[in-house]
Amino acid sequence: MTALRAPFLLPGLGILIVLAALLIDPRLALVLAAWFAAWGLNAFIARTGRGAGVRFLVPVIFGLTLIGLWELAVRLFEVSPVILPPPTMIAEEFAGSIPILWADFVQTIVKGALSGLVIGCAAAVLTALAIDRSPFLQRGLKPVGNFVAALPIVGTAPILVMWFGFGWQSKAAVVVVMVFFPMLVNMLEGLKASDHMQRDLMRTYAASYGQTLRKLRLPAALPFFFNGLKICSTLALIGAIVAEFFGSPILGIGFRIKTSFGALNLPMVWAEIAVSALAGSALYGLIAWIERLVTFWHPSQRG
Amino acid sequence: MTEAATTPRITAAGGGIGAAARAAGGAVLPILAVVLAIVTLWYLACIPLNSAWVIDRAGPEADLSTGDILSGVFNQERPVLPAPHQVAEELRATVLGEPPLRERRGSLQGNPRSLVFHAYQTLAPTLLGFLVGTGAGILLAVGIIHNRAMDMGVMPWAIASQMIPILAIAPMIIVVLNAVGIEGLLPKSLISAYLSFFPVVVGMVKGLRSPSSMDLDLLKTYSASAGQTLAKLRLPASLPFLFASLKVSVAAALVGTIVAELPTGARFGLGARLLTGSYYGQTIQIWSALFMAAICAALLVGLIGLAERVTLKRMGLAR
Repeated sequence: MTALRAPFLLPGLGILIVLAALLIDPRLALVLAAWFAAWGLNAFIARTGRGAGVRFLVPVIFGLTLIGLWELAVRLFEVSPVILPPPTMIAEEFAGSIPILWADFVQTIVKGALSGLVIGCAAAVLTALAIDRSPFLQRGLKPVGNFVAALPIVGTAPILVMWFGFGWQSKAAVVVVMVFFPMLVNMLEGLKASDHMQRDLMRTYAASYGQTLRKLRLPAALPFFFNGLKICSTLALIGAIVAEFFGSPILGIGFRIKTSFGALNLPMVWAEIAVSALAGSALYGLIAWIERLVTFWHPSQRG
Repeated sequence: MTEAATTPRITAAGGGIGAAARAAGGAVLPILAVVLAIVTLWYLACIPLNSAWVIDRAGPEADLSTGDILSGVFNQERPVLPAPHQVAEELRATVLGEPPLRERRGSLQGNPRSLVFHAYQTLAPTLLGFLVGTGAGILLAVGIIHNRAMDMGVMPWAIASQMIPILAIAPMIIVVLNAVGIEGLLPKSLISAYLSFFPVVVGMVKGLRSPSSMDLDLLKTYSASAGQTLAKLRLPASLPFLFASLKVSVAAALVGTIVAELPTGARFGLGARLLTGSYYGQTIQIWSALFMAAICAALLVGLIGLAERVTLKRMGLAR
């Protein structure tokens, strides 16, 4: 596909496909035409434009296209809202039940996920610091930690709900178990990130263990810490929501998803999904923002 | 920035068991020590958790010796925390003690008492979904490499979608698919395909872009086409990245299938086993299902690690 042919080849192909679809079903043709038009627009912008604006515009157009196509397809093909509600219906439900969604958000995300995330990560960091002094334990714990990090830990949810009851405490416990090992592995890696020269330099300054830790090794471990924190933030949301499937008080995202689904109130289910997606992205964004502030010196942040 | 941030994620989690295997040479003793410590802690934890039940049942005036309490703690039928030997015994009984298939109504059918059968019910959709998700992920990554609009439009969403706890709604997706008439392996595989898809996309985009501009320029001087560059340079160079992503995605696929089985009333599979266990308070059954899931995960990741080592060795890339 040379540069000469491409501008004529691709639109031509698109029009051909739309025409072929027109023979089968005009609605299909309409959806395809909308898709190709948006794609063409994006391709045009991506090819001609430069700079931060384009970097922002192209994904936004792509996302809006997906939502628009979803709406269009559901309306045109008259898909039952019990199977897939159109985005406008979900937005309506979302706007109409903000108090419920807020209460669920506080119960699941703030009380369950965030408290678990803080406890789990703090425990992992402290454990990493404790193990750090013993190379023997390190050599043993790292493979075991790596192994456990790959296991389906979320399966412990029924056990922990049995132990800690239906309240947010059991959700926090599931989150603690889920985030502990990924964080531990990252932190152990991070504590080794400073190189020999730097440590030798600290020695020539006659720095104590605590001083070396505070001034050299902990700052050097920060990129690994934030990397672990990003992984753990997703895990925390999943853990808190899935744990609610095994028993919860009468609020919470997982509870609402389960019961709304039983009542075939699909717009509500999707509204809750939107809440968790927004919360997840916000949490990730927050962590990334703090990371940029704190580890401004790291090559990956300067790039 | 985001791309750089996702890369260590793959190396960190994916290096996992491969690193474990590599380290095993010099670290058998430390690993054994750690495992031993965990088992000891586990036994010790059983004492406070299970002793209340023993003392309650004996009544207030019974005079229990320490030995009585201990034997009660480690041998209950429905303990709060089963002792390791109880879980091992349950695993032995359900894996070796029961045939995976049994004769029923004149035909050979799965035996719901055998954990191997349940594991198979979970592994089959996991593997199908893993293959589909990996294939689609590689294709999308190739598209992203060659198309600027795709790179700018799709890549941010591929990364953002990892922040959405899709796993939490997996059960709902299954029920909806069942309602539309899609049943059997397919709905569960769809979840695992989705979960294994994005690690592969992110890893492969990184891998396909890993050849240096020197190498790319060389192929340009040979007047190699985009397809030839892909086949002879980009794909081989991306293999180490691919394997790292595969390890992450196969573990994610397994978790996806297990969670997808949870509240959907699935009768077979490790997730169903967990759920029935929690309904009836069969803690030993829950723990044995968990261990079976762990064994499956270790097996899958180990197999990929093996394939990785063999492939990279033949390519001369082994470290």
